This record gives sequence, structure tokens and C-alpha cells, in this order.
Amino acid sequence: MAEAEAGTERCGGRLRRVEHTMGTVFSFDVRGAGARAAAALEAAAAWLCHVDEVFSTYRQDSQVSRLAAGTLALSGCSPEVWEVLGLCEAAERNTGGWFSAGYAGGFDPTGLVKGWAVERAAAMVASAGADAVCVNGGGDVQVHGGPWRIGVSDPLRKGALATVVEADGELAVATSGPAERGCHILDPRTGRPPAEPLASLTVVCRGLTDADVHATAGYAMGGRARAWLESLPGTRAFAVAADGGTWSTAGAA
Amino acid sequence: MNSPTRRPLRRILLSTLATATGVLLLLSLKPHTTGGAAAAGGAAATGAPAPSPSATAGPGTGAGSGTGAGTASGTRTVEGDTVQTRYGPVQVRVTLQGGRITAVTAVQVPQDSPRDQEISGFAVPQLTQEALAAQSAHIDTVSGATYTSEGYVQSLQSALDRSGG
Repeated sequence: MAEAEAGTERCGGRLRRVEHTMGTVFSFDVRGAGARAAAALEAAAAWLCHVDEVFSTYRQDSQVSRLAAGTLALSGCSPEVWEVLGLCEAAERNTGGWFSAGYAGGFDPTGLVKGWAVERAAAMVASAGADAVCVNGGGDVQVHGGPWRIGVSDPLRKGALATVVEADGELAVATSGPAERGCHILDPRTGRPPAEPLASLTVVCRGLTDADVHATAGYAMGGRARAWLESLPGTRAFAVAADGGTWSTAGAA
Repeated sequence: MNSPTRRPLRRILLSTLATATGVLLLLSLKPHTTGGAAAAGGAAATGAPAPSPSATAGPGTGAGSGTGAGTASGTRTVEGDTVQTRYGPVQVRVTLQGGRITAVTAVQVPQDSPRDQEISGFAVPQLTQEALAAQSAHIDTVSGATYTSEGYVQSLQSALDRSGG
């Protein structure tokens, strides 16, 4: 349901906007925004609603739903669908199959679309001349410029922060875990929740499409995620284990 | 009232306001079929005059002001006005010590339907805890929180920014 909120709140050169769509909440925080960046913010918010119309599996009339139902041919899909299809295939390949858009048989790109949409929306506003941009889509964050301080929720102590990520530049922070809405990530090999599950896994890298996919895949891997995440270039990860212990990878972000 | 200054009070009011706004955001997420009170967008609270010129916060839902009580030891509690949401009345209480928020509690949350109880029981306690963490760590945003408290933190931060905090 795309419900446009009352609009954008301006305080000097700072703009904030909250958009309810894709079953979640998107928060924009833009610093140093001129007229062009303000227009880009409106366009980015509208675009998120468009993405919901195209990709929602909750809407029978979305392209993805009609594709699954067999009432729409691939040749009739819009360029965004083709782009996401390609990204899903790449994600599945790059994660050795640990990320899969083939959930429950049909094509369901839900696990990738939100991060991708946030990354694109943030880039739109940043490229329109804003000094700094932060977009948070239901707990997954993409920033440009800065400085920004991004708290990471402690999955075992409600309300507390497990760590804080300081960002100044293009950076994404995605967190996966059962704390959000119950366990909705399954091991694609078994169709069951992961063995040795982490309490949460946070991945930090440049773009949110990758951060989100890697957090999801790493969460599905459970205890095996650490070595894999260490091997990813330009990526850092932070995990809270079920017993409350934490670890982080040393990779250079 | 032991504090002669305006600023802490302003902060209290803004925080209270942000909490109410957060609850509104939270409760506005899902369509709801039982007959509610006023629509969230039309919610407005009346009460003690707010000293702050920037008495709106968050993405355009709700407005609040507070009434306070203090002790000589510097602990103060402020209760926000009851704000009517589409799900029913919401009211919060903020406790401060030396100008810092030490607790936020929900005084009144909707209890009318099973769905409302689900929302109240799950989300409100988390929401109030988030406020404390967010304020103490001076963060801009939160990764990993549920989407409901995420919206809340954003609203709180918005109010704190306006107050210069």
C-alpha cells in the first residue's frame, strides 16, 4: 500500500521525509539540500511507491505477481524487472546459492528489491547536489556524504545498541536476523531456518543491494558466515551470536 | 519545579512530543478495521502552553504538549497529553534526571481489540527503550530495528535536532 505521508519537513537546508510503502517505512534525511535535491527527494519517494506497484507479491496486479501467475510474459515486463532479475541471478551466483530469489517455487525478488530500491533512491538525491543523504528502509541504511552515525540494534537487549557505524561517504549498513519479524530467512538448501543461527548479522559495504544480499546470505549460513564474509572485498561484518558474544571481520571497508 | 531554565523543559516537551509522534507512526502502519477515534493525521493535543516555537515534529502527525512535576532532587516527570489516534488514545510519561531522559513509559495505549493489544504489548515497550538508546548515543538512524521503532527513532531524532540536542 503506497500511502504518501503528509510530505517533507524542511529545517534550513535539511530535509526529512517518511514514506510508508512496501509494507515498511522509509526515512529520508538530507543535509545541504537545494531546490534540485528537494525535487529529487520527492521523485525518489514517488519512485519507491512505483517499485512497490511493480514488485509487490501482495498485489495481485503487480508485474511480479502476474509473472508468477502466468498472466504476464517476461517480454512484457518493464526494464526494472529485468534489472532485478539479473541482480537476483548475480546474487545467487555470488553467494554460492545462499541467497535465492526462488522462494516457494516462483520468482520472488522481495529479498533484494528493498535494498536495491533504497540504494537507487539515495543515489538520486545525492546526485541532485545534496551534501549528505541518509535513507533508511525498514532498518537497512544507505548514506552518501556525512558524517552519519548509524546505530545497530542489539538483537538480544531490546532498545539497546550493539554498536555504532560511523560513515562519511558512500556506505550501506544492512542487518539480518530473526529480531525483525520472526525468522523469515531460510536455508535455501534445506528450506528450514539456519543451523547455528546468529542473533543478528550486520554487513557494511558501499552499496545496499550487496550489503542486504550478503547479510541475508550470511545469516542463512549461520556460523559458517564469518570466513565467507572475510573473503569479500570492501566489506565489513558484525555479528551477535545467540549466546550474546560478538565478532567482526577485519576487512577494509 | 526546580529548574528555572527554559531549555530543559523545552527538551522534555519535544521528547514527549516525539514519543507521541512515534506512537502515531507506529500505529499508522497497518490498515485497521475496527472503528477508531480521530484519524491520526487530525490528532492534535491541547493542554499547557508549549514554550517551544517549533512545536511540531516528525512527519506531520500529531502535536503534543506536556505537564510536568519535579522534586528537589532533580528528578522530573512529564506526562504528555493524551493524543487520539485512529486506534485509540495514546499517552506517554517521560522521566528526567539532571536534564537527561532516564525513562519513557507508555501511560495509556489502545486496548480495544485483539489487534490493538498485540500492537501495545509488543511495540510500545520496545519503542520506549529505543528512545533512551537513541538519545544517549547521538545517532542519526538505526539499522536492524523493526520498521516501527525505526520510524520512531527518526521522529525522536527530528525533535532533538530541532531543539539543538
